[in-house]
Amino acid sequence: MQKVNRLQPFFENLAFEREDDTMIINFGPQHPSSHGQLRLILELDGELVTKAVPDIGYLHRGMEKMAENMIYNEFLPTTDRMDYIAATSNNYGFAHAVEKLLDLEIPRRAQTIRMMLLELNRIISHLFWLATHALDVGAMTIFLYAFREREYAMDLMEDYCGARLTHSAVRIGGVPLDLPENWITKLSKFIDKLPSDIADYEGLLDQNRIWKMRLEGVGVITPEMAQNWGCSGPSLRGSGIAWDIRKEEPYELYDEVDFDVPVSTTCDSYGRYKLHMEEMRQSIKIIRQVIAMYYKTEPEIMAHAPQYISAPKEQIMTQNYSLMQHFVLVTQGMRPPVGEVYVATESPKGELGFYINSQGGAYPYRLKLRAPSFWHTSLLQELLPGHYLADVVTIIGNLNIVFGEIDR
Amino acid sequence: MMRKFTQKKNAQKKPYYTDRFWVAPQVPKEEVNSDEIFAKDLEELKSNFDIKDAYIQRGQLVVYIGANENVEVLTFLKHKLEYNFLSELSAIDWLEKSGEFEIFYQLLSTSKRKRVRIKFFIKQNREIRTVSKIYKSADWGEREMYDMFGVIITGHHYMKRILMPEDWYDHPLKKSYPLHGDEEASWYEIDKIFGKEYRDIIGPENRDSSRVDENDTYNFSRIHHEVPFGEKPSSKIVETDYQEDGGVFLVKSLKKADSVTLKERP
Amino acid sequence: MAQHKINYLSEAGLPVALTTVDKLIQWGRSNSLWPMTYGLACCAIEMMATGASRYDFDRFGTIFRASPRQSDVLIIAGTLTKKHSPFMRRLYDQMTEPKWVISMGSCANTGGMFNTYATVQGADRIIPVDIYLPGCAPRPETLQYALMLLQKKLRTQSASRKLKPKRLV
Repeated sequence: MQKVNRLQPFFENLAFEREDDTMIINFGPQHPSSHGQLRLILELDGELVTKAVPDIGYLHRGMEKMAENMIYNEFLPTTDRMDYIAATSNNYGFAHAVEKLLDLEIPRRAQTIRMMLLELNRIISHLFWLATHALDVGAMTIFLYAFREREYAMDLMEDYCGARLTHSAVRIGGVPLDLPENWITKLSKFIDKLPSDIADYEGLLDQNRIWKMRLEGVGVITPEMAQNWGCSGPSLRGSGIAWDIRKEEPYELYDEVDFDVPVSTTCDSYGRYKLHMEEMRQSIKIIRQVIAMYYKTEPEIMAHAPQYISAPKEQIMTQNYSLMQHFVLVTQGMRPPVGEVYVATESPKGELGFYINSQGGAYPYRLKLRAPSFWHTSLLQELLPGHYLADVVTIIGNLNIVFGEIDR
Repeated sequence: MMRKFTQKKNAQKKPYYTDRFWVAPQVPKEEVNSDEIFAKDLEELKSNFDIKDAYIQRGQLVVYIGANENVEVLTFLKHKLEYNFLSELSAIDWLEKSGEFEIFYQLLSTSKRKRVRIKFFIKQNREIRTVSKIYKSADWGEREMYDMFGVIITGHHYMKRILMPEDWYDHPLKKSYPLHGDEEASWYEIDKIFGKEYRDIIGPENRDSSRVDENDTYNFSRIHHEVPFGEKPSSKIVETDYQEDGGVFLVKSLKKADSVTLKERP
Repeated sequence: MAQHKINYLSEAGLPVALTTVDKLIQWGRSNSLWPMTYGLACCAIEMMATGASRYDFDRFGTIFRASPRQSDVLIIAGTLTKKHSPFMRRLYDQMTEPKWVISMGSCANTGGMFNTYATVQGADRIIPVDIYLPGCAPRPETLQYALMLLQKKLRTQSASRKLKPKRLV
């Protein structure tokens, strides 16, 4: 039996007592508002942060290594656990990268379903962001309200794919299922109700003195900083750079729908908050258009590429050759051509990129996940100094970082 | 007894079935001239640097440069050719094949809406210069590259491991590193928390995640088959005297008859 | 859960008074189990959802506390990595007795799908676990059920139980 605890202080390498007036505090990895397992070593002068060293890796699970030991379809559920708040956007990012590698044509119905799911996930993610961010800053009511709306969206996801959090709702080559009965009606009901809820949140927060005092002028990311540190998504658009991959390098049917890219030029946390709210409205706008497009499509939902993609279930059950092909694809996996792709998609957090190097085998030779939060966290080194300790929580919450994708 | 031969340089999983006659198709490589902007960029690059190879693959320009020119090329790309984002950088392990690492930098130009991948090879144990002074985003990217592959980068202001603990042995994304980790890795948390002498008490890792040990009454107990701690399991049904059965003070129990099931969420 | 029927007559000398006190204390404990806000990965999101408006954990008397000193239950919500494991052991050691541990999700139970070099293959290698909760990620209802099981477990035990020889402690 253990008698003495062998655990030694972890901070041998840190000098806590110093000659000057600065103090070193250790923030995390277990901290209620560190949004996962962020450990920050902060050097404080009074209450002002003079130096910040983020320490990550507490959720490093070796996903890239796993990818090298798995067939492509096997890896898809693993991507769920990257940005676990909006899992479908990761599934899609990976599926899209593999489709680019295979050069597949996706049926239009699958594309519309994917777009609905992606935008629904963006709403889920932004609601979650708002809830946790507001909770960190001290507005607990928003947390309860936003989680209520999020649950409606989660129910929709659950109706479609059966899972609340880890969806795997997208497959390489299409989507596994057509939309269930009445799903569109429920979705319409949800997106009809959501704008008034967003207006409620804004009514509570927009002119709220505390909210404004804690967010305005806090965490200013200048356009130069944003470019230099590789920011993307809302953090980049919050710095006045109108760069949305959905608009600039359209994938799926984003070039056919009409939506705006909100940009904030104030560069601070409050501007990014307004931006997130506006993005939710744009997502609703996109979903409305996609619903109309959905009804005009053919019922096909998986790409036709017998070399890579299994045939539809009915065909597998009735035709011998399809069954054999399916068996080979399941047991051995598809073998994409030799080559490499880097495909970026606009996830709720920013630019989610998948770099795949295929050597013609059933396993990827190298798979690099470019997760937006990783680069946003590195920005903390430059962003935090000069702020007060209380603002650290605001900034971490505002950057919308998720540790599943930072550490991978 | 002979120990079974295992490949040391590449410990990754291999497909159990290989088709000898399978010739993998190639992702087509297009001529750079097929794209105006890329052709112009490459022209400028060629006039300043020694370009080993260049082609367009799936809409992105891939350029191979010399290993010692990475800083100059990236400076040129950023300041002259408006590639303002470094979105990704990492390495690929080719140690088994040629004893080299392939380093790539993925760049993006928002004004041109183009993506370029700069690549080069370095021999193992050769150093490369940091680009974190040009693009600050390379700061952590390079640390991760060092952590995962052991590629040594000079001139970086804080060259330490980022994802793995400081005292971790070896670089996990190398092909020679097995997925389940080496000996050192498998005892890492035990050594760190309890000390090496506790290895025997706690025992090796069980990597079979579907294991269920019903006979282990130290750690598990089956509901309605409970036995005292550490005794042999029994199949006899135990009627446990829970306080709930008589009702808990102030806690109301649910009557199934009174509950209403909604057809749909309101 | 290994604990079962209590024979109050043989375990303690003062039957009437003690059983009442036992019941009262355990009733109090089981209805005010305060877990720690200790989110590791995906399961933490479901843990938050359990605490939020729809599932409303508060009605079980479960209020999330941010400090290990104030909490009774450690919910290991997510993947435990080797780099993080000393921190978790430290948090567990910082919690005051009596304390219970719920291992939430496959990753915390056995390492789950992350069968790699970086994950601890089951949090019970580090700290003793009372309830294992299957699922990836477990639904909020599952966490509620786990908590109710834990309450049930508490109510079968006597308050003045001796520290049982839990593994590793």
